[in-house]
Amino acid sequence: MLRIGVAYDILRWEERAIADALRRNGAEPQLIHLRNTFIELGRGEWPELVLQRSISHSVASESASALESAGVTVVNGSLPILLSNDKLLTASILSRAGVPTPRTVAAFTPEDTLKAADTIGYPVVLKPVNGSWGRMVAKARDEEELRALLDHRLYVPGINSQVFLIQEYIEKPGRDIRVFVIGEDVPAAIYRVSDHWITNTARGGRAEAAEVDEELRELAIRVAEAMGADILGIDVFEDPRRGYVVNEVNAVPEFKNTVRATGHPIHERIAEYAVELARR
Amino acid sequence: MQVTCPVCGLPVDVPDDALSGEVIEHDCGTVLEVVRDEEGVRLRPLDDIKEDWGE
Repeated sequence: MLRIGVAYDILRWEERAIADALRRNGAEPQLIHLRNTFIELGRGEWPELVLQRSISHSVASESASALESAGVTVVNGSLPILLSNDKLLTASILSRAGVPTPRTVAAFTPEDTLKAADTIGYPVVLKPVNGSWGRMVAKARDEEELRALLDHRLYVPGINSQVFLIQEYIEKPGRDIRVFVIGEDVPAAIYRVSDHWITNTARGGRAEAAEVDEELRELAIRVAEAMGADILGIDVFEDPRRGYVVNEVNAVPEFKNTVRATGHPIHERIAEYAVELARR
Repeated sequence: MQVTCPVCGLPVDVPDDALSGEVIEHDCGTVLEVVRDEEGVRLRPLDDIKEDWGE
């Protein structure tokens, strides 16, 4: 029987749902608990294809890379995971691919960050280059607030305090969009509705079904191609002037709220896609 | 099955079909991770995983 690996660190609803869906699609899921195993480079009896579901960014990219050394196809591969781990690398890749993104500036000292904010115009959003769930993402309405945020950042452990990423603040209509790409399919999207400008569902944003129109579908496919990724959750703003603008990209997306809000079984599509890839 | 909590020492009910990586919240307040290997099933306190891919 076709074996497909599911690599994870914490077994959540998503990983169980994918494993069950793999069984329904004629494959035997091999659950790989990454916090209870080791991977010798270039060796080992692994399934030919492994779905990467690690919550930890570094474990996801490094374990994907280690498995790839043994000839395993990992979905997503180590490279797109590494790219999407870094908001600046992601913005750079998308910018080069001509994908609309918020105006973004990289600076390497607090002084230059303040100059950059003057160039973009306030309010600006200060982001760490790593991280998700909107953590450590902060809006500065003026120079005084940005100075305070930059001062605080210097003393926060774990944050790369050498690299400052600021973006223009986009006036969203009380929501943003999380759209899913699986292969060449764009099966579902949700609005993440919130009174707060940070809309992540893990931060209290409410998930509602969103329509995937042709423009959103094409944009999502372009992003996946630019990132070299098979499966993505893409965060999109609706800019009143420019239309869809891609904010961030997630290479190991959670989707339980999307399944609940849209009724669309993302896990089934992931399993079908994995089986199709493994049989190619 | 019952497995000893590594923090408080009291027994924890663990479903027989629990999989490695499952998370169990014990009455003592500790969040525990199931680890299933060749030696059987054990529990360890769940480390805070600081990076994530939220929704």
